[in-house]
Amino acid sequence: MRAERDVGAPAIAPVEAAKLDARDTRGDRLAAGRVALGAVVVLYLAVVLLGPMGALVAEVSRIGIGEVLSAVLAPPALEALGMSIALVAISVVVNAFVGTIGAIALVRHRFVGRGLLGALADLPLAVSPVMIGLAFLLLVGREGVLAPVLEALDWKIVYAFPGLVIGTLFVTLPYTMRELAYVLEEIGTSEEEAAATLGASAWQTFWHVTFPNVRVALGYGLLMTAARALGEFGAVLVLGGSISGQTQTATTFIHDAVEERALAGGYGMALVLGAISVVLLALLEHLKHRRARALGRTK
Amino acid sequence: MSIRVEHLKKRFGDFSTGSAGSAADFVAVDDVSFEVESGSLVALLGPSGSGKSTILRILAGLEAPDEGRVLFDGVDATHVHARARAIGFVFQHYALFRHLTVEENVAFGLDVRNVPKATSRRRANELLDLVGLGGLGGRYPSQLSGGQRQRVALARALAPEPKLLLLDEPFGAVDAKVREELREWLRRLHDEVGVTSIFVTHDQDEAFSVSDRVLVIHRGRLEQLGTPSEILDEPRTEFVAGFVGEVNVFPAEVANGEARVGALHAKVGAPDGHARLVVRSYDVKLWREDAGIATVERVVTLGDRVRVHALVDGAGSLVAQFPRRSSLLKNVEPGCRVQVEVTSARAYPRA
Ligand SMILES: Nc1ncnc2c1ncn2[C@@H]1O[C@H](COP(=O)(O)OP(=O)(O)O)[C@@H](O)[C@H]1O
Ligand SMILES: [Mg+2]
Repeated sequence: MRAERDVGAPAIAPVEAAKLDARDTRGDRLAAGRVALGAVVVLYLAVVLLGPMGALVAEVSRIGIGEVLSAVLAPPALEALGMSIALVAISVVVNAFVGTIGAIALVRHRFVGRGLLGALADLPLAVSPVMIGLAFLLLVGREGVLAPVLEALDWKIVYAFPGLVIGTLFVTLPYTMRELAYVLEEIGTSEEEAAATLGASAWQTFWHVTFPNVRVALGYGLLMTAARALGEFGAVLVLGGSISGQTQTATTFIHDAVEERALAGGYGMALVLGAISVVLLALLEHLKHRRARALGRTK
Repeated sequence: MSIRVEHLKKRFGDFSTGSAGSAADFVAVDDVSFEVESGSLVALLGPSGSGKSTILRILAGLEAPDEGRVLFDGVDATHVHARARAIGFVFQHYALFRHLTVEENVAFGLDVRNVPKATSRRRANELLDLVGLGGLGGRYPSQLSGGQRQRVALARALAPEPKLLLLDEPFGAVDAKVREELREWLRRLHDEVGVTSIFVTHDQDEAFSVSDRVLVIHRGRLEQLGTPSEILDEPRTEFVAGFVGEVNVFPAEVANGEARVGALHAKVGAPDGHARLVVRSYDVKLWREDAGIATVERVVTLGDRVRVHALVDGAGSLVAQFPRRSSLLKNVEPGCRVQVEVTSARAYPRA
């Protein structure tokens, strides 16, 4: 391009110059476009995130901090929050194991149906939690296919704690597993092979080589799991029924409170969930940087 | 430890169909058999993709052969797990444990065997001294240069006192000068430690300068096994002849122990008939002579060597190499006629 211009006859030069001009204005337009895009993103974030949070804070201060506090500290609200925290704890613990084992199976092993398992693990991302809840109702609900069996065993799943657990586990299944599968793929097998040639057993290899390399990713996946479990609404509503003091979670509590126009409790709880989310987001952000660093040390 | 490999075969399934064992499979190792004497240093030499790493990985137990057996000291080890083979493996890209320090890396093979910590640390530091990295034990792999990482990988592989050391292109990822040093150093280390070693390389100089014996691999098959000079002087196949030096190849006719192509002829030990005549660039003599059989096209000086490109009547182009001060080169210049004599050549029958 440059050479062409250098040797170009004078007659051609103006044309070249015009072309260059055209390119420059295109560059300007690109820059302007980037600024505009940036502005749109900021505006969008403001509307979608800060707007509601701001409105929430404004609403809470309008109602009065005292009233909101007493509503949030009342037994029904605390029980609902406790229920949500229990579900978070269970899904974090279960996903730590299931996610790790599932990811290793998916990435490190070849078996019949591996592709199917991978697709199934992603299913909860694609399907609405309400639909999942309904599907489970058809299976284990009062009129469900398995109802006689459950009755005979005197097991109560729907509209009981097990129902909440099943719904939450289902919607949180992909997060840890996907994150770990990605990182396992990324770090490859050579360190594990090195460990084997050095005499390490499968367990020693996992514990001393694989696990330290995926630890950050596991934390990241579990944080996403926690956030998802905390925020789940559809599946826990359909399978749990939001019975106050029994199957009501923080999210269904908010729904019911707003429905009953008990706004102090509803907005207060929303603010609590918002605050927890902010903490989780901050932790995620922190781990994201650590993960990037860890992967950077790959070779 | 002595090694014996019998009729090794390894196929890799076609990824597009996902089925192993079908006709579309790619044969990476094809009926390879050889023996390695205890205590020797052997090179697996071949172009990229010829199956060298696969053979090495089968020896290590990281890959299972589809057919054939591997025997260590006469005992069938084909189905023994990698961890139980008492081997050391040095990976092409080091494969150091990135979250462990250099010392912990080297001690790993002892730690997993529950060797007391004091002993394993002492041994790790002895090995680090041996590979010239004493004092760097506290660093992480990411804080080392390529050559240093390579030596950590070697120390780590040696720590559990393996009976067989396998190295996959051990010097492939370091720059030329360091490679030369490491090469010398591997030879000395091998003589010192005495462990049977097999290393993979695609670099003929590396194979010939370091090893006692060389296995030349091509398309998954063992082309030749011999000492460096056997392979250089008596290449058994055309591939080996072409791979281990700069050669000229001509389609020729052999009759009564003499191969002819155009005005060129050479003594060969091949049966009568069609053949491919392979002539090393340094097995050609040529000198200025107006009644000669070739015309010089180019004369190129490369350091202490001179390369003459000539067009032989009825045979085509030929490259000959001489020491820079060779008296034969007198008055040899582009355009002049030269006489050509082939001092040594080999012919390989052709269908
Ligand atoms: N895991 C694998 N899956 C499929 N093909 C493979 C695998 N490993 C090696 N190959 C193929 O087998 C052939 C030999 O590979 P390799 O042994 O790595 O060659 P080399 O080490 O001589 O370069 C190559 O064509 C390579 O693509
Ligand atoms: Mg290789």
